Amino acid sequence: MSIFKNFVGPRVPANSPESVRMQYRLPTLLFSAAAVVLLVSIFLPYWQMTLHAPQYPGGLEVVVYVNELTGDVAEIDGLNHYIGMRPLGEAAQLERSASILAIGVLCLLILAAVFVHTKWVVLFTLPAVLMPFLFLADMYLWMRHFGLNLDPTAPLSSAIKPFVPPILGEGVVGQFKTVAEFRVGLYLAFLTAVLILIGLYTHRRAFKPLVEKESNQ
Amino acid sequence: MQLKNKFDQTAFWRVVLLLLVVVVLVISCQREDTPGDAPAANAPAEEGQAVALGADADAIIAARGLTPDDVAAALKTFTPTGKHDEYIMFASGGHSGQVYVIGLPSMRILKTIAVFTPEPWQGWGYGAVDTMEVLNEGDINGHDVLWGDTHHPALSETGGDYDGQYLFINDKANARLAVIDLRDFETKQIVKNPIAISDHGGSMVTPDTDWIIEGGQYAAPLGWEYSSLENYAEDYRGMVTFWKFDRENGRLLPDQSFAMEMPPYWQDLCDAGKLVSDGWVFCNSFNTEMATGGVEDGNPPFESGASQRDMDYMHIINLDKAAEVAAAGNTMDVNGFPVISLETAVAENLLYFAPEPKSPHGVDVTPGGEYMVVSGKLDPHVTVYSFQKIQDTIAAGNFETDDYGVPVLDFDSVIEAQVELGLGPLHTQFDNKGYAYTSLFLDSAVARWSLGGPYADLNDDPDWSLVSKTSVHYNVGHISAAEGDTVSPDGNYLVSLNKWAIDRFANVGPLLPQNFQLLDIAGTGTNMPLLYDMPLPDGEPHYAQIIKADKLSPWEVYPEVGWNPHTQSKDPNAVMPGEERIERDGNTVEIWMTAVRSHFTPEHVEIKQGDHVIWHITNVERAYDATHGFSIPVYNINLSIEPGEATTFEFDATDDGVFSFYCTEFCSALHLEMTGYMLIEPKQ
Repeated sequence: MSIFKNFVGPRVPANSPESVRMQYRLPTLLFSAAAVVLLVSIFLPYWQMTLHAPQYPGGLEVVVYVNELTGDVAEIDGLNHYIGMRPLGEAAQLERSASILAIGVLCLLILAAVFVHTKWVVLFTLPAVLMPFLFLADMYLWMRHFGLNLDPTAPLSSAIKPFVPPILGEGVVGQFKTVAEFRVGLYLAFLTAVLILIGLYTHRRAFKPLVEKESNQ
Repeated sequence: MQLKNKFDQTAFWRVVLLLLVVVVLVISCQREDTPGDAPAANAPAEEGQAVALGADADAIIAARGLTPDDVAAALKTFTPTGKHDEYIMFASGGHSGQVYVIGLPSMRILKTIAVFTPEPWQGWGYGAVDTMEVLNEGDINGHDVLWGDTHHPALSETGGDYDGQYLFINDKANARLAVIDLRDFETKQIVKNPIAISDHGGSMVTPDTDWIIEGGQYAAPLGWEYSSLENYAEDYRGMVTFWKFDRENGRLLPDQSFAMEMPPYWQDLCDAGKLVSDGWVFCNSFNTEMATGGVEDGNPPFESGASQRDMDYMHIINLDKAAEVAAAGNTMDVNGFPVISLETAVAENLLYFAPEPKSPHGVDVTPGGEYMVVSGKLDPHVTVYSFQKIQDTIAAGNFETDDYGVPVLDFDSVIEAQVELGLGPLHTQFDNKGYAYTSLFLDSAVARWSLGGPYADLNDDPDWSLVSKTSVHYNVGHISAAEGDTVSPDGNYLVSLNKWAIDRFANVGPLLPQNFQLLDIAGTGTNMPLLYDMPLPDGEPHYAQIIKADKLSPWEVYPEVGWNPHTQSKDPNAVMPGEERIERDGNTVEIWMTAVRSHFTPEHVEIKQGDHVIWHITNVERAYDATHGFSIPVYNINLSIEPGEATTFEFDATDDGVFSFYCTEFCSALHLEMTGYMLIEPKQ
């Protein structure tokens, strides 16, 4: 019991005046907001690549959500077979299938962090802070893996050498100009990280004196 | 204090939870709309910034010897690269048997729609079962009739206005009618008129496309029977057929259609009443002389024999009542088709005649349905009949009758006006400024004239008077104004469908193209300039209709992979990638194939001489314009398989050997590699 108590840390003194209660509520509000924002982001696109070529006046786009790819995936796959790239749907299958559950867990961890008043709070919130960076790193590795491992027997294998399209900004593949951009979902994930970091700051400012006071007793 | 605090905290979490749920719900509901912004259309260059004709333009104008009118015409018609036309014209293809789709004002031809004649580009009639079925619907007594003389296209209407859903077209030579679905611009049905060998007065639609009108022309014994010309008056008959249309399924319904027997005058062109005259149909006629020709025997030839009388008869048909009579079964059976006899038509008051001068061509109903305009052809006037006066005269009763007992209304009681326009008036269209436009065949001109009655205040010209003429080149037949036969004409453009071109284009030998000329009718008074000449070197178009382009919403690709354009639904033999296969059942080999850039699957098809081959191909593409062709040499197989389309063809493998099949529609950089081998092993 005392280990648990040491872990979650002291409770907010019941008799503290209304004027100081706000500083205890602030991290709660920020963490809650972070969880909500992250949860919302799963319904929104994280990343998008648009391919421009003369014969596609409207462009082709692939839109990446945490759990799926949408847009002109079939057409892009059709084109990619000429250069020997595997179908996009074969990439990050595990990540996409686990993403909703994983983000749900991240949100629950953030909410759980509300009840932890010691420095262990970092353990609960850090995964969500890292989440957008992990997303980008994972996607980059998949793109690199797909781009560098082209089927050498593909029709255009001699014309299109293995390549890694930029994860942000413009690139060129054959007659296509690629434009990669972050979408609102990813920005929300970054916002989650920022909210958590501010939340951690306010958290330590509010609870560190309580923790120290308790350990001094 | 403690209690209150606890309450506060619970409430706080409830609010947070509620907000969370609401936010998630709102976002998830909107999700469908979020991916990708629609690509911006070509941004217009500097709106509102007028382009002055600079020194470069002046130099070009001088070098090409252009007049100011030429420059104005060029500016009105030039359609910059990548821009679309404002109007789409559907022109009959005459004896090409097809329909042409032309953009206005650029006058660029956009498409041929194969109808009665096989056409290789669209794979129309070269093996694809659905196309063969439609063409075979046009077989007559077992004869493959693989051409037509398409005359009068009719766009489907809702409330008397074009709705952009269907197009109907008749074949004068063989009395057939076709239905084109404007979702994919393909012909879906051909019906052969069961009682007439040839027609002319089709196709016209009633204001809600309930009925498609097919009038006859050259009288003959109904039901394709024989009778000597000596018995012309007794045995020969004219007719008007009313085809019931099922808009939902896009098909004419022969078992709910009927015809009316007419005297053996040559019913020529019809028009449906609209608004105030809705439910009535009007047809002009000629050869009320009942001339039977025979110039070789010393008789007057048709051209003079049929032109003796000063008056022929405008036919006035009470369609609503006729439909009731037909539905009640008060018909005779001709070749299995219900026909209201002339006797019944007279007894039931379904048919009246009004005299019309002289061997006229065409009757056209004004936008509000108040007047019927009949063009004299051999008389320099258009004669305008008042629907109200026709009704009043019918109500007054006490008619004379013709030889067949049909009531003939008194000419003076039913006409509203006669306007002298010039020589050879043929066809009339309307605008939104109170003008009518009539082609003048002999004058080679289009006349603008002013209407009266409710149209009088729409322009400053005196009622019922000739306003101006613009010369056209040469021998104009029909004219077509933008939505110019609907309840709300646009008054923008008019196309003159000229029969002769003579010197208008470079000489290409003794057979000359037709000349479509574009006129600007947006002005008033005498302002009606000629803008453009367009050669049409494929058959002799007759009539055309012009619809605002934004009323059409055709598919870019078929709605889903495996679509059968004939049934407009998913084909049971559609295959997706991975499902391709070849199955043998006795001597029948059935192939399920996919086509995608740039290969067919399977690429090897091995069959044996004597096999019957059933071959299904699905184009699994979803990209706009990713059409694949498919051809097999010797066996006369050529298909067009548009994105998403599933098609089937069958043949007997009579000839052994190695046949390379390939994609005939250049589809990709590896199009030449989109091929395969059909190996037919010789019989042992």
